[in-house]
Amino acid sequence: MSLEARVGVRLGALTLDVGLAAQPGETVVLLGPNGAGKTTLLRVLAGLQPLDLGHIAVDGHVLDDPVLGAWTPADRRPIGFVFQDQALFPHLSALENVAFGLRARGVRRHDARRRARVWLERVDMAEHAAARPRALSGGQAQRVALARALVPEPRVLLLDEPLSALDASTRVDTRRELRRHLEAHQGVRLVVTHDPVDAMTLGDHVIVLEAGRVVQAGLLAELRERPRSRYVADLVGVNLYRGAADGGRIRLRDGGELVVAGHASGDVFAVVHPRAVALHRQEPEGTPRNVLPGTVEHLDVEGDRVRVIVAGAVPVTAEVTPAAVTELDLTAGTAVWASIKATEISVYPA
Amino acid sequence: MRRRTRSRPPLAVAILAAVAVVFFAVPVLGLLQRAPWSELVDDLTDPVVRDALRLSLVCSFGATALAFVLGLPLAWVLARTDLPGRRFVRALVLLPMVLPPVVGGVALLLAFGRRGLVGQYLDAWFGVRLPFTTWGAILAEAFVAMPFFVIVVEAGIRSLDRRYEEAAATLGARGFTTFRRVVLPLIAPSLVAGAALTWARALGEFGATILFAGNLQGKTQTMPLAIFVELQTNLGGAIALSLVLLAVSVVVLVSLRDRLFPA
Repeated sequence: MSLEARVGVRLGALTLDVGLAAQPGETVVLLGPNGAGKTTLLRVLAGLQPLDLGHIAVDGHVLDDPVLGAWTPADRRPIGFVFQDQALFPHLSALENVAFGLRARGVRRHDARRRARVWLERVDMAEHAAARPRALSGGQAQRVALARALVPEPRVLLLDEPLSALDASTRVDTRRELRRHLEAHQGVRLVVTHDPVDAMTLGDHVIVLEAGRVVQAGLLAELRERPRSRYVADLVGVNLYRGAADGGRIRLRDGGELVVAGHASGDVFAVVHPRAVALHRQEPEGTPRNVLPGTVEHLDVEGDRVRVIVAGAVPVTAEVTPAAVTELDLTAGTAVWASIKATEISVYPA
Repeated sequence: MRRRTRSRPPLAVAILAAVAVVFFAVPVLGLLQRAPWSELVDDLTDPVVRDALRLSLVCSFGATALAFVLGLPLAWVLARTDLPGRRFVRALVLLPMVLPPVVGGVALLLAFGRRGLVGQYLDAWFGVRLPFTTWGAILAEAFVAMPFFVIVVEAGIRSLDRRYEEAAATLGARGFTTFRRVVLPLIAPSLVAGAALTWARALGEFGATILFAGNLQGKTQTMPLAIFVELQTNLGGAIALSLVLLAVSVVVLVSLRDRLFPA
């Protein structure tokens, strides 16, 4: 039970071109900003729109390949789809919604209902079996939609922004539950999201999509340690620089220079965690090799930390304690020096 | 307290508006005032009136059924395909709504009459003669009334969120299953409204019917035709039939008010 695809679709100015491979029991997360082509990718996999280029195969069966002329319509693909706002049938009860996939495949009404009830119990919705979708909360509808997609036992389960319709309070619980249900599913799981927290909770393997292309793919830890684009760096919350390295110095593309430990050469990325950035009101003296003058642009409070965004020749974000903010009297417009020890900068080839 | 957002109209406007209201109200009052309430049952059991009632029901429901069978697929095609010439087809479908029904009757006669464009072959090949038959009356009513069905149902299909059909497809439902179990229930309100409008329009059809199907008691003489004839000989019968049609109209209007005039 594996998914193997290369999806090429022209979308007006954007060209989607993504290669995918996933094994059963694996959850692949497609992460990317709005308009990156994530939803289109899912729709193409499900057979709701055709490929322009490439192929889609599940378990070695080719479902779509314009060159071979292969095409399996959506209703015959072993693929389940959880839509962004669920798309539960408004005229059917929760139970009938879940039973729909079995009824459509010719299972008798009685059997279909019995099996649907089992699934409703599994997602903890048995007591709402008779409710119409209108009467369900976002989290409840989400669970019914998941059960509906899982009942026909698809080999590949696609979820389009499964948590985006939920409010913050139900989101945490639903996210954890969703992970449990996804892990119970035997097939391939593919989740689209633009939320890095969702990605980290739900997925093993992350594919980052920007403007229709894969900019980075790998395990989450790899993304966090070695982001390869501004988008990924912002998602994981680190400072990312790119430039030409020459021994212990990197000339940055956008101007300025960083001094790093060790030797590097050629086109490189450099990552600095905001925790490793210190702020000073006077130009510091001492061991830090990198001292970057700038002005505070704004401050974001995140729990017991404050992220200070400093604009300057080399822009940098620092993470400090609220006490430090008070002590240094930091507000927007304050002139500061940011210092980074050369050993805190990790460098890897671009 | 709610703020008054509607302004008071100028006097002249108010007077003219009041005249318009009176103009609509007086004929209804006239009909009700002349209604022979005590003899209503007798009038309605008169053979001519009874035949007209029966025939009107048969023809109007027949025309509505025809609208379902032909109009629903047409509405689907208009709403969901980008067939070339779709705009032309839609204009053609709408034409009977603005065409004087009498002209429709003439056109039907020239098309399906015994010597008509199509009618001559229907007669020669199948022995089917439509003019001056109950089938002819049904056809005439459908010609005039079906556009209402197509328009309302097309709008209903258009406003249907496609994701429901897509969801059905990802759940393994083939086209017809999706249509039967998802599309039809979701457009049911449009179907009901379209059918009610079509039925009401068919019930009142006069011009096309009398020209194409004639005015044969028990065969093609529907209520409006009978009213026209009875008016000259049996005023009570004409008024009784008129009251029936008025009552039907009111019922249709009340039951569809939310659809026709959303608040």
